[in-house]
Amino acid sequence: MPEETRGPTVGLFVTCLADLFRPSVGFATVKLLEDAQCRVEVPAAQTCCGQPAYNSGDREDARAIARQVIAAFEGYDYVVAPSGSCAGMLRVHYPALLADDEAWAERARAFAGKVHEIVSFLVDVRGVERVAAAFAGIVTYHDSCSSLRELGIRDQPRRLLKTVAGLKLAEMADTEACCGFGGTFCVKYPDISNAIVEKKTEAIAQSGAGTVLAGDLGCLLNIAGKLKRQGSTVRSRHVVEVLAGMTQSPAIGEAAD
Amino acid sequence: MDITSPAFKTNASRAIGDARLQAALVYTRAGFQEKRLGAVTALPEFDALRESARDIKDHTLAHLDLYLEAYEEKVREAGGEVHYAETAQEARDLILAICRQAGAKTVTKGKSMVAEEIGLNEHLEANGIVPIETDLGEYIIQLRHEAPSHIIAPAIHLTKEDVEGDFRRAHTDLPSGRNLSEPASLLDEARAVLRRKFAEAEVGITGANFLVAETGTSVIVTNEGNGDLTQMLPKVHIVLATIEKITPTLEDVSQILRVLSRSATGQEMTAYTTFSTGPRRGEDPDGPDEYHVVILDNGRSAMIGSEFQDMLRCIRCGACMNHCPVYQVVGGHAYGWVYPGPMGAVLTPTLIGVDKAGHLPNASSFCGRCESVCPMMIPLPKMMRHWREREFERHLSPTTYRTGLGLWAYFAKRPRLYRWATRLVARALGNLGGRKGRFRRLPLAGGWTRHRDLPAPEGQTFQEMWAERRRP
Repeated sequence: MPEETRGPTVGLFVTCLADLFRPSVGFATVKLLEDAQCRVEVPAAQTCCGQPAYNSGDREDARAIARQVIAAFEGYDYVVAPSGSCAGMLRVHYPALLADDEAWAERARAFAGKVHEIVSFLVDVRGVERVAAAFAGIVTYHDSCSSLRELGIRDQPRRLLKTVAGLKLAEMADTEACCGFGGTFCVKYPDISNAIVEKKTEAIAQSGAGTVLAGDLGCLLNIAGKLKRQGSTVRSRHVVEVLAGMTQSPAIGEAAD
Repeated sequence: MDITSPAFKTNASRAIGDARLQAALVYTRAGFQEKRLGAVTALPEFDALRESARDIKDHTLAHLDLYLEAYEEKVREAGGEVHYAETAQEARDLILAICRQAGAKTVTKGKSMVAEEIGLNEHLEANGIVPIETDLGEYIIQLRHEAPSHIIAPAIHLTKEDVEGDFRRAHTDLPSGRNLSEPASLLDEARAVLRRKFAEAEVGITGANFLVAETGTSVIVTNEGNGDLTQMLPKVHIVLATIEKITPTLEDVSQILRVLSRSATGQEMTAYTTFSTGPRRGEDPDGPDEYHVVILDNGRSAMIGSEFQDMLRCIRCGACMNHCPVYQVVGGHAYGWVYPGPMGAVLTPTLIGVDKAGHLPNASSFCGRCESVCPMMIPLPKMMRHWREREFERHLSPTTYRTGLGLWAYFAKRPRLYRWATRLVARALGNLGGRKGRFRRLPLAGGWTRHRDLPAPEGQTFQEMWAERRRP
């Protein structure tokens, strides 16, 4: 990262899933941010956005984690995450969670205003219109529920994907439908989650795409896991890997050759 | 009606394995979703109407006592009677007393979810009165001794072959060689059978979509016309409705009607929208001699001022369940009581207790589609989360789950410890699963690996790699 770059400083919220399962998503995000003239910093004091606690009714732990994230990130110009789900938690739910906390309510609101999901940040905030990447093949794009409905992200990833050389986008049916991941939902109600993801993988197969892309690793682990179990040859990748031109690493759930 | 909500998980798994049910549930997408989308797309001001509908209900709930009083006065002026029931039992007793007063042996019924909520049919039957459901879907499930599986399409869990079998079993006086292979022939047969019943009934019971404070009018929306016959032909008409059906003016009703049927069936208007004010007047050609309204609370007034108040805006269109990925695979019966889908996941715990209905607000991926299609803009996921908070506070969630969550939170609140632990996990899982890139089985991950593989971590955490890269 050259020191002389003039641009905003972005705190990268890596997300727990990218940190643990797929660091390459983190590095692809860093590349896209740097290409958009941002200085990227990664605070060490980050773990998870707190959704497992928040969505399980454990407000106290969720609040503690929210305060920890805000304290670590509020100094940056922007906070960016390669996930609509985590960005939605930081942007939409932290202010609600801390609304009654006098010391934190205002900080949470100010912080929330800086938070963005990576692809919408590139397009809406940084004005990125095209990427310098190539990917040969037909892809289909899965909208994660939080990106779509919490953050209103639908066109931004599609717009950038269309500028990837060699890439053809084939929409699947029912793009508004959930993939059945739902965080802890998928392990608390495995049979229901499975019945839902089966519909999603069927729609993916019908689209004729060789690769499914999405902006959330939660959905992707679920979808890739199901596709692999079904013996499908469709590959799964985070959308930033393709946009950053970093598709050398094996697709999700696949081994190095 | 028996409550099987505590067995939601088992109910759901059984439903998922039921191929016939799955075939029937396809209609929620092909029918309801697409029709709603067509109707909504054709009305550019739809979202503005939703906001207006929401505001009307919020205003009404803030002044509910005043509007209830005004409504009651208008009903009395029109010659009708208003009865208040605090509990389901009180409502059942009130209705039974009116039926007995009328010397009723047979009672026809329009579709009413509140009647299901209070178990009205069972109560009437136990007291020697025969209730006859006149809505086609309700009629079918009454023949089968089943509960509705959807709030506007009670028999949506059935295929037309199921219905043909039921009709052949029930209508034994009709020729056995008759052709019942088409939905239209089934409808004709039900219509002919029900016509006779309409004439027999001494009392007709309907629900209400709205109770209009301005005029004392009850409003029902139907597509079959059965509601009109139910309330016009018998000498006594009983309206059964809950407190939140109160709507200030006819103008408000017309506003909400514009979002109701579009959200429900994708129609601009239902085939029938019927306004009833009091009993038959001297100059009226027809109508009942008596007009009673039973207004039920059943815990709803306690929701006002609570984090569940917004639920009282619900107009029972069913859009939330039609768009719910969970409802679409488990169907309505799995929820184990009267109200299924997202609206049921919020409402049922208030009515039967979160100790019994605890699964319902948990069995959601929080995809948010219910809220996005709700014509009354009810924040359903947020309220499901509030139920989860109450369950967490009351230690109702399973111990193993709480322990796991507690352990995770301990690490998540200690970044240094977390970084160390995740490094170990990434390395261990990366080494174990690296060769294949995924796991078919993994200890403690059975919920995941029962149905899908678990992609293996790449082997190092991002934080670890980032720190290495930064090191001079």
